[in-house]
Amino acid sequence: MTTRYTKDHEWVRMEGDVAVVGITPYAAEQLGDVVFVELPDVGKVVKAGADMAVVESAKAASDVYAPIGGSVAAVNEALAGSPQLVNESADGEGWFVKIKPDNPGELDALMDAAAYADYVRGL
Amino acid sequence: MAEAAPLKKLPLDAVWRARTSKFADFAGYDMPIQFEGLIAEHKWTREHAGLFDVSHMGPCVLALSDRHHGLAFQERHEKIAALIERLVPADIAGLEPGQVRYTTLLNAEGGVLDDLMIARMEEVLNGGLYIVVNAGRKHEDWALIHDAIGDEARVRREDGDALLALQGPSAERVIRDVLGEAAPALGFMQYKTMAGAPFGVMRITRSGYTGEDGFEILVDASIDPANARGFAEALLAHPEVKPVGLGARDSLRLEAGLCLYGHDLDPTTSPIEAGLAWTIQKTRRERGDFPGAARILRELKDKPARKRVGILPKERAPAREGVEIFAGDRKIGVVTSGGFSPLLNAPISMGYVETAFAKVGTEVQLSIRGQMRAGEIAALPFVPHRYVRKP
Repeated sequence: MTTRYTKDHEWVRMEGDVAVVGITPYAAEQLGDVVFVELPDVGKVVKAGADMAVVESAKAASDVYAPIGGSVAAVNEALAGSPQLVNESADGEGWFVKIKPDNPGELDALMDAAAYADYVRGL
Repeated sequence: MAEAAPLKKLPLDAVWRARTSKFADFAGYDMPIQFEGLIAEHKWTREHAGLFDVSHMGPCVLALSDRHHGLAFQERHEKIAALIERLVPADIAGLEPGQVRYTTLLNAEGGVLDDLMIARMEEVLNGGLYIVVNAGRKHEDWALIHDAIGDEARVRREDGDALLALQGPSAERVIRDVLGEAAPALGFMQYKTMAGAPFGVMRITRSGYTGEDGFEILVDASIDPANARGFAEALLAHPEVKPVGLGARDSLRLEAGLCLYGHDLDPTTSPIEAGLAWTIQKTRRERGDFPGAARILRELKDKPARKRVGILPKERAPAREGVEIFAGDRKIGVVTSGGFSPLLNAPISMGYVETAFAKVGTEVQLSIRGQMRAGEIAALPFVPHRYVRKP
């Protein structure tokens, strides 16, 4: 399944009819040790580009934005007890939320892996 | 924000660049903020020894002007102490040679303009006071001191040199291995000038801002940069030492319950509100001859309206600076420093609350991103200090 990326360093990929969202390994590395993740309630309606979660590293708090509009279908409960999963496996077990998208086609407007790699190199 | 001046480089910039790429602007200096990782560096400092570059701070020497050169050592000290005591509430006249005190620069309302260390130097090069002020305040502080002393004394800046802090339970062993026996002979809050080989003139205090035993060493970088570089590399080559960035410096001082100027201390805050009554010695209270004495003496007698406290959030969300503190519907204070304690593996905060709510164990609510979360007033420090005192 193709993974797409935002300029704010979220990744998103469709699994069945839901979009799984997390932050990229680059973002996790920049944040440093993650100590807390504040996730939205299941059922919450999120707009593409609007803040939907907060990730707190030992250093600071940062907003996480929804890469796609829809409603929150699930959140990663494991992060409550093990926020370090975001550092250990940002693009796997450290996922944040699953969104039931209003329009899955929105994903096509986001960067693919090669474009995101170029974008990060340019930072 | 206005266009910033170019960032100043630390004298040991290359030493840190070889070890990390994570730098950030702090008080106009390009500072290393992280090496291995904030939590790893934090824990290493508590278990071994961390090396911090704090050369952005403002070390200086306050010395009497030449026309006082006929005075004896003790007379000189009393004269210079009287000059600086116009600005700070600590008993500087009472310092023994080689003794250090932590104090505050005060405004006329008893508010804190900065916090600083003042050491009485030994009877070498005519003595004088070795003073270290904060990076973000050094120019204002030096101007204030300059105005207060007139032509009786002069301030010699030493912020072109490297100021290193070696902190942690292994600090004594490391400093002995690198410099010999002179520094380990110091007790907490004692000072010594070390001259000569192999790293030039050094100003060493047994002090720090992590709650651990440790040393702060000013080493020459302006006459011969090889002195500072050689010393830093010698420390870093020791198996007990790792470099630590500003990130962990902040979490260490927060666990130790120590104030950060501009956050936990500012010109509206008095030393009494900040829990720093211990920095005002008896003789100064009796004389009441420091700026803002009316307010400060009143607060000592009647208790201040608000007090600095520790706060333990009960959930996992850190309560950072600016988070408002409530008792029921009533706002009773605000968080001034907050973050995560690697040792407690939990969030910790400091802040100011109305004195009636400052008792340890008081239940409070913390407004974090619009949500009320439970917290409790806690004793400071969060992690016990481990200073090494000597008679």
